[in-house]
Amino acid sequence: MGWPFTSANVLRKDGKMSSQEENIKIRTSGVTVHYGAAQALHGIDLDIRANEVTALIGPSGCGKSTFLRCINRMNDVIEDCHFGGKIEIDGEDIYSGEIDVVELRARVGMVFQKPNPFPKSIYDNVAYGPRIHGLASSKDELDHMVETSLRRAGLWQEVHDRLHTSGSGLSGGQQQRLCIARTIAVDPNVVLMDEPCSALDPIATAIIEELIEELRSQYTIVIVTHSMQQAARVSQRTAYFHLGHLVEHGDTDRIFTNPANKQTEAYISGKIG
Amino acid sequence: MTDRGPQKNDPIRAARQAQRLKKRYRKERRFRAFGMSAVLLATGILAFLMTSIVYTSIPAFTHHNLTLDVTIIAEEVDILRDDQGLVTNVDANWLGFVRTALRDSFPEVTSRRDKRDLYKLLSIGAPDAVRDAVQADPNLIGQTIQVRLPLSDDIDLVMKGLIDRNLPETDRLVSDRELAWLDKFIAEQRVSENFAIQLFANGDSREPEMAGLKGALMGSLLTMLVTLLISFPLGVLAAVYLQEMAPKNRLTQIIEVNINNLAAVPSIVFGLLGLAVFISFFQLPRSAPLVGGMVLALMTLPTIIIATRASLASVPPSIRQAAMGVGASRLQVIMHHVLPLAMPGILTGTIIGLAQAAGETAPLLMIGMMAFIVDTPTDVTSKATVLPAQIYMWANNPERAFVARTSAGIVVLLSFLLLVNGLAIYFRKRFEKRW
Amino acid sequence: MGSEHIVSSFDNDLAELNHMVARLGGLAEQQFAAAVEALETRNTSNIDAIVEADKQLDKLEFELNERAIEVIARRSPMAKDLRRIIVALRVAGNLERIGDYAKNIAKRSRVIIEHEKSLGDNVSIARIAGLTQQMINQVLDAYATGDAELAMDVWDRDMDVDQLHTSIFREVLEQIGADSERVSAGSQLLFVAKNIERIGDYATGIAEQIYFVKHGEFPSQTRPKADDSSSSAIDQS
Repeated sequence: MGWPFTSANVLRKDGKMSSQEENIKIRTSGVTVHYGAAQALHGIDLDIRANEVTALIGPSGCGKSTFLRCINRMNDVIEDCHFGGKIEIDGEDIYSGEIDVVELRARVGMVFQKPNPFPKSIYDNVAYGPRIHGLASSKDELDHMVETSLRRAGLWQEVHDRLHTSGSGLSGGQQQRLCIARTIAVDPNVVLMDEPCSALDPIATAIIEELIEELRSQYTIVIVTHSMQQAARVSQRTAYFHLGHLVEHGDTDRIFTNPANKQTEAYISGKIG
Repeated sequence: MTDRGPQKNDPIRAARQAQRLKKRYRKERRFRAFGMSAVLLATGILAFLMTSIVYTSIPAFTHHNLTLDVTIIAEEVDILRDDQGLVTNVDANWLGFVRTALRDSFPEVTSRRDKRDLYKLLSIGAPDAVRDAVQADPNLIGQTIQVRLPLSDDIDLVMKGLIDRNLPETDRLVSDRELAWLDKFIAEQRVSENFAIQLFANGDSREPEMAGLKGALMGSLLTMLVTLLISFPLGVLAAVYLQEMAPKNRLTQIIEVNINNLAAVPSIVFGLLGLAVFISFFQLPRSAPLVGGMVLALMTLPTIIIATRASLASVPPSIRQAAMGVGASRLQVIMHHVLPLAMPGILTGTIIGLAQAAGETAPLLMIGMMAFIVDTPTDVTSKATVLPAQIYMWANNPERAFVARTSAGIVVLLSFLLLVNGLAIYFRKRFEKRW
Repeated sequence: MGSEHIVSSFDNDLAELNHMVARLGGLAEQQFAAAVEALETRNTSNIDAIVEADKQLDKLEFELNERAIEVIARRSPMAKDLRRIIVALRVAGNLERIGDYAKNIAKRSRVIIEHEKSLGDNVSIARIAGLTQQMINQVLDAYATGDAELAMDVWDRDMDVDQLHTSIFREVLEQIGADSERVSAGSQLLFVAKNIERIGDYATGIAEQIYFVKHGEFPSQTRPKADDSSSSAIDQS
C-alpha cells in the first residue's frame, strides 16, 4: 500500500516519509462527542501507532479523557452522550452494530485515575477478567495467568506471598499496579490510561512510568496526562487537545522542542493563552 | 481578615473578638445541653416504659401448682398398643382421678355445691397433667402417683398477692372457704411456684392459666417467613431494575414516585386489599399465614425497594467502571460487584421492613387473623394468629390474670424482634466488605 | 519577548539571562574596540587595563553559566524557552572567547607598536576591524530583539571578513619577504588579523544561534567560507 493510504499527517515536518512498518493500530476519523447540547469533541482525526505510547495532553476540560473513553466505548453508559465519526481498531469499526462492547473492552483495557481495585483478594482481582471471559480452562492455568500478569506489572515480588489478602490493603502505587495487572490479565491489545499517576507520589509514579516503557513492547498504550514532563518522558507520540479540538500531534521530541503551532508552544511553556 | 491600619484599632477589635468568641462558646454549650436533654428524655421515657412492662409481666412467668397424690385405677384406663406392643395412647377419666384426690384431701366436704367449689381450686388443665404423666410412663397405671397440678388462675393470683386477702369477701374473687383449703395445702407444703411452661407450650385458651403464646409465635414466624420470601427477592430485583437498568425517562420517574407514596399508605388499606383480592377473588384461606404474609409483603416492599436503591446508589462508580473496563457485562457488574457491596444497606432496609411488619395488626385484622385460635398452625395455610394480635386480644380480656400475660406477650414480642434484628445484623456484618 | 509565562518569575529569570548576555556583549565590544584603538593610535597606555578587564568578562560568563543551570533545574523549560537558555549559554561562551581574542590583540599590539615605527598597511586592519565591529554590534542587537533576519545578514557578511583576512595575510607575507626586519611585527600582525577573523567567526556563530532560537533548527546552508589563508603561500623568488 502506497503513501496515499496512510494519513497525511504522517508526512513529517523534517521531510521524511513514514515507513510502511509503522502500522496504525487505532484510526479515528472525524470523532465528535456531544453531552446533551454541549459539544465536547470537534472532529478528531488521530492515528495511534501499534506498540507505541501516545500521550494526550491539554488543559482541563479539553476533551482528552472524553476522547480516551470513546476508544473503549465507556461513554456508552453515560446518559445523553452522543458519538459521531468513526474509530477503527485493526481496521474494524468499533461502533458498528456487530461489535460486542463487552468483548471490545477485553481487547481495549483501561486504567483509571484513582486506583480502584475490587474489594476482593489480590488473586481474585487479577483473576476476575479471565474468569468472566473464560480464558482459563483449569485452575492451574488461571494461577499461571495471574502470576504472569502480576509479574508483568512488576508486583509479583511484593505480593506473591499474600495473594489471598485484600487488594485494598496495598499502598496507592501498588494498588495502581494491581489495576494494571488486572487490565493486562485479559490479554488486551490496547491499554488506555487516564492520568494513572496523578494520585501517586513521585517514586510510585516513576515505577509506573518504567512499567509503561516495559509494557510498550507488547501493548499499544494511550495515556492521558496532566503532566507535560510525564508525557515527554514516557511517550513517543504526543497529541495536544484544546477545547475539544486536536491542535497538534506528532513525535514527542519535536512537539516538546519545536512545536509547529503557537498554541501548543504556549501550553507546553506554561504561557497564558 | 488582614490587618489594614497599624496598631490603632487593635485593642478594640481584640475585645470585640473576645466577646464574640465567648458568645459562640455559650451557644455551643446551650446546643449541646439541649441535645443531651433530648437524648435523656427519650431514653428516660423508653426506660420507664420498658421497666413498667417488664415489671408487670413478671407474674406471668411463674405459676403455682399443687402436688397431690392421685391414684390411677388400672381398670378404668384404656390402653392402646401398636403392633410391637408399645403403648400409643392411654385413655381414662382423668378428671375423675383428680377430683377423687381432692375429695380425699378434704373428706369433710360432702355437699354438691361445696364439692364444686373444691374442684374450682384447680385449673381445668389439671387432668391433662395426670394424663401426660401416665402417657410418659404407662407403668404408673395402678399406682398412686404424686402429680403436680396447676392451680386455678384466681388462686394463683392470691398466691402472688395480686388479689388482696385482706379485702372483705364480697370484694374478693376468692371465698374464705377456698382460702382455708388453700392454707391447709400450704401448711402441708403441697403448694409450689414453678416456671409457667404453659405460657410457651400452649396455644390460646379461655382460661388465663392455660393460655400460651405457642400458637401466636408459630403464626408470627410463619407469617414473617412468607413476608420475607416474597418481599425480599421482589423488592431487591425491582430496585436493581429501577436503579441500574431502567431508562431514565418519565415512566421510570412516575414509578419511583408511586413507590415512595406506597410507603405512606395506611396499613389497613393493605388489609382491605388482601381481603378483596387474595381472599375473595383468589379464594385463599382466611386467617392463614400465607395471606397474612402476602399482605405484609406488600407493605414491606416499598421500604425494601427504597433502602435497596439507596444502597445501590451508594456503591462508588469507580467500582462499576473498573468492572466495565475489564469487560464485564451490565449484569455481571451488578451481580458480582454492586449487589455484594450494597448488601449491608439492603439487609438493613430488610430488617427495618420486617420489624415493622412483625408488629403490624391492622391489616391482619381484615384478613381474619384476630380470631380466637387454639391450635398451633402447622403450615402456611392453616389458621393462625400473630403475636401482636394475640397481645391485643389478651389485653381486651377482662380476667385479671390476663393483665400479666399481656405484658408477658409484649416482652416476648420485643425479644422476638430483638432476635430477628440480631440475626440480620449478624448476616449484615458477614457481608460487609471494606472498599 | 513573546507572550508571558503564567509563573511570572520564569519571565524574570529569562529576562535576567538576557541582561547578562547583553552586559557580556557590551563588555566584549568594548574590549575589542579598545584593543583596535590602541593598535591604530599606537597607544600602549590602555593595554594593561584591557588585559585586566578580561577577568570581568570571565567572571560574568561564569555567573551566567550558573544562572542558566539553575533555570533549567527549576523550570524544566520546553520548546523555545529551552532553546533560548541553551543559546544564552553558547552565546556567552562565544562572547567570552571574543573577549579573550580582544585581550590577545591588545597584547600583541604592544609588540607591534614597539617594533614598528610605521605600518602603511594599517588601513586593511582598520577595515577588517571595522567590519567585524559592525558584525558584533549588529548581532548583539539581533540577539536582544530576536531578529533572525538581522542575524542572517551578519551571517552573510562573514564571507567579506574572510576575504579581507586572506588578502591581509598575503600582504603581510609580501612585506616580510621584502623587508626581513619586519618579521617580528609582521608575524604579530598576522596573528592579530587572524584573531579578528576568528572574532568574526564567533559573531557568525552567535547569528546562527539566534536563527536557531527563532526557527528551531540551524540554517540549512553551510556557512560560506572564503578564507584561503591556510593555503596561501608566496613565491619566493
